[in-house]
Amino acid sequence: MSPASSTTTSASATGTATGSRLEVRKTYKLYVNGAFPRSESGRSYAVHAASRRGSAGPGAFLGNVAQGSRKDARDAVVAARAAVAGWAGATAYNRGQVLYRVAEVMQGRAAQLAAEVAEAEGLSAARAASTVAAAIDRWVWYAGWSDKLAQVVGNLNPVAGPYFNISAPSPTGVVAVVAPQGSSLLGLTSVIAPIIVSGNTCVVIASQDRPIPAVTLAEIFATSDLPGGVVNLITGHTAEIAPWLASHRDVNAIDLTGAADATDVDWGALEAAAADNLKRVLRPEGEGPAAREPDWTATPGLHRMTAFLEIKTVWHPKGR
Amino acid sequence: MTRFDYAPAPESRAVVTIADSYGIFVGGDFVPASGPSFPTVNPATEEVLAEVGQASAADVDRAVAAARTAYEKVWGRLSGAERGKYLFRIARILQERAREFAVLETLDNGKPITESRDVDVPLAAAHFFYHAGWADKLGYAGLAGSPADPPKPVGVVGQVIPWNFPLLMLAWKIAPALACGNTVVLKPAETTPLTALLFAQVCQEADLPPGVVNIVTGAGPTGQALVEHPGVDKIAFTGSTEVGKLIARSVAGTRKRATLELGGKAANIVFEDAAIDQAVEGIVRGIFFNQGHVCCAGSRLLVQESIHDEVVRRLKRRLATIRVGDPMDKNTDLGAINSATQLARVREMTAVGQAEGAEPWSPACTLPDRGFWFAPTVFTGVSQAHRIAQEEIFGPVLSVLTFRTPTEAVAKANNTPYGLSAGVWTEKGSRILWMADQLRAGVVWANTFNQFDPTSPFGGLKESGYGREGGRHGLEPYLTTGATR
Repeated sequence: MSPASSTTTSASATGTATGSRLEVRKTYKLYVNGAFPRSESGRSYAVHAASRRGSAGPGAFLGNVAQGSRKDARDAVVAARAAVAGWAGATAYNRGQVLYRVAEVMQGRAAQLAAEVAEAEGLSAARAASTVAAAIDRWVWYAGWSDKLAQVVGNLNPVAGPYFNISAPSPTGVVAVVAPQGSSLLGLTSVIAPIIVSGNTCVVIASQDRPIPAVTLAEIFATSDLPGGVVNLITGHTAEIAPWLASHRDVNAIDLTGAADATDVDWGALEAAAADNLKRVLRPEGEGPAAREPDWTATPGLHRMTAFLEIKTVWHPKGR
Repeated sequence: MTRFDYAPAPESRAVVTIADSYGIFVGGDFVPASGPSFPTVNPATEEVLAEVGQASAADVDRAVAAARTAYEKVWGRLSGAERGKYLFRIARILQERAREFAVLETLDNGKPITESRDVDVPLAAAHFFYHAGWADKLGYAGLAGSPADPPKPVGVVGQVIPWNFPLLMLAWKIAPALACGNTVVLKPAETTPLTALLFAQVCQEADLPPGVVNIVTGAGPTGQALVEHPGVDKIAFTGSTEVGKLIARSVAGTRKRATLELGGKAANIVFEDAAIDQAVEGIVRGIFFNQGHVCCAGSRLLVQESIHDEVVRRLKRRLATIRVGDPMDKNTDLGAINSATQLARVREMTAVGQAEGAEPWSPACTLPDRGFWFAPTVFTGVSQAHRIAQEEIFGPVLSVLTFRTPTEAVAKANNTPYGLSAGVWTEKGSRILWMADQLRAGVVWANTFNQFDPTSPFGGLKESGYGREGGRHGLEPYLTTGATR
C-alpha cells in the first residue's frame, strides 16, 4: 500500500485501483533470522482496521497476516540464540549506531508507518504522525544508551582487601516479548529497543489485532544493519504462541508487558511456566492480577534495560 | 623423619550460654511457637544443643502482622539517618559479641572455629556497617529517585536462609532490607537456628523497635507459609534451585517480588601458565572451604591437559596436610558435615561418581566416631556427562576435568544450568579479561576464589537465581523505584 492510498483505508481494504493502475498488495510475513518466511503452518488470519468511533463491528479489511505457530516460535528462538554471541560481542558503539540507523530508516518511511498506525489504532492522521515521531525519537534515545549503560549501572567496589573488584552489566540472552496490544509501533519500539540495546536478542509476538506496523518495523530492521536473528517477529494469536516461549528452556527472560488486553492470555500462568528455568520476568504494569498497558508517551526510565541485564562481578588480587 | 603434630587448641565454649529451649521472636519478644519443638544438634558430636519451636502458619501470620505494624507505624516512617544508626549499633554489638557468635555458629553448624571467627562473623558485622551508611543515602544510589526524593521501601519482606552460613546469610538478608526501610520476617534453616535467635537478642539489646525483625524457626512448611503469605511484599531466598523454582511459581501472577540465590556448579579453571602453587591453594579454598557447603564452591576443577598430572600431584600433596576433625579446635581445616541428611547426599553422589567410572581419592585421615563426617575427596577421570560434573554435591568433593584451549574451557565451564561463580587461574591478563567476558557466571574470581565483601554484589545467572546481594546493586530488590514504563 502506498502512503497516498492508505490515507483512505477503503483503498487498501478493497484493493481497488488508484487512478488507472492496479495497486500491488503486500504479503505480511514473519521475520525470523533476518528473512521473511510465511508461517510453517501455512496459516494466516484476517486483520482489520480499528473500528471507527461510533460504528459497530470491525473496521476495513487490511490484509491476511501470517499466523505464526509453535514451530515458528521455536525456529525464532534458535535464530535468536545463534545471534547472541555476535550481537552481545559487538561493541556498544556499534550497537548504538545500529539502533540509530533504525531511527534513520524509520524516518524515511514515516509516512507509511503513520498511515499504518492510523489504521491499526484508529488515530487521526496528526496523532498517528506524532506517534511515529515519538517512536523514532525513542530509538534515538535508546541508541544513545548503548555505551553509557555500563557506566551508569556498573561500578567499582571498594572491598576491604587488596583486590580489584568491578561490577558490570552483561545481557541476559534470549528474551521473549509479548508486545503491547494497543500501541502497535511506539509501544513495540519501547519494549524492543531496551532489550536489544545491551546485547540481548529477542523473539517478539506482535500485537495480535494490530500487527501491520510491526511487520513494517521488521522490514526496517532488515535494512538497518541489525544482524539477522537479533529481533525475530512472530505475528499471530498471542495466547497460542506465548506459552511455548514462556516454557522454552532456551529462552532466558520474558517481557509480559503486552499481556494487558491480550485475548485469553493469563500472565500469571506465563510467569509460572517461566519458573521452569528461572527466566527473568518483566511483569505487566497494573495492580494485583489486573494488567494495564503503560503510557508510552512518557520518557522511559532504566528499568526496561536493567530487567534484562545480569550484573557480573570480577575479582582480582592486587600485588607487587 | 619425626612428624611434629599439632597439639589440640580447643576454643572455649564457656563464652556462650545456650538455653534448653527457644521460642520464636515476634514483635520484639520471644514467644512460644505453637508447633511441636525440634532439636538442633551439634553435627560434630550429635549432642542436642537446644529444643527449638516449630512455627506454624498461625505463628508466621502473627510475625507478618508484627512486621506490617512495625513497617507502617515506626520503621517506614523513620528517617534514613535514624535507621542507619540502629544498623550501626547492631554492627557494633556483633563485633563486641563476635566470639560468642563464632562459638555458637561452630557448635550449631559444624564449621571450623577459625572460619566462623575469621569469616562468618566479621563479614556479618561488616554487612551491617556497610548498609547502615546507605540508609540515609538511598537517593544517591542511582537506582531511582534523587537525593530530594529517595526511593521507597517495598514493605514487609519474607526471608528464608540456608544452613551453610547461618549468621552471614542473615546479615546479607536483614541489613539491606532494614537499611532500605523494610521490615522482615526471617526463617533460619532448621538445622542452624541458634545464631539467628542470638541475633534476635542483639536486636533487643540495640533497642530496635519491636516487629522490625521477626525470627520464625521451623522446617520447610514454615518457610512455605512465609513465602505464600499474602501480607509479604517480597521474598528473599537463599537455598536450592529446586525450592527456588517453587518460589518463583508461587509468586507468579502476583505483585510479590522475589530474589533467589540458588545452587551452583562452579568451574575453577587453571591454565598451564598459572602460578601452580597459588592455584592449588585456590582450588583447596574453592572446594574445601566450609566443607564445600558453599553454593559458589569451585566444585569442578577444569585444568589444562598439559599440567593435569602436575596439578593433581600437588593438590594431593597439599590435601595430605588438611586437618579434619573437631570444629572447635583452632587447628582444624575441615569440620563436620552439617547434618545426617546432607552426609547421606554427599555419600550418595560420591557413590554415583564411582559407579560412573570416575576415580575417587582421599588423603589418609581419621574421622571422629560420632557426628557427621566426610573425608575430602578428589575425583579424577571425570567427564562432562558424569553426574558429579553436573549436579551440585554441596560437600567436600572435587571433580577434575581437563581442557585444551581457552574456548574449550569456556564451553565446558558454561555447560551447566547454573551460573553463580567461576574461577580463572592464569598469569595472562588479557586472557583473564576475555574469560571474564565469556563466562556465564555472576561472580568471577581471577587468581583468587571464594572472596566476599559487603560492597561487592553477589548473585547468579541462569538457574542460579536472580537478584544481587551486597553492594549498590543489592539495594535494588529492597526498593520500589516507581519507574515503570
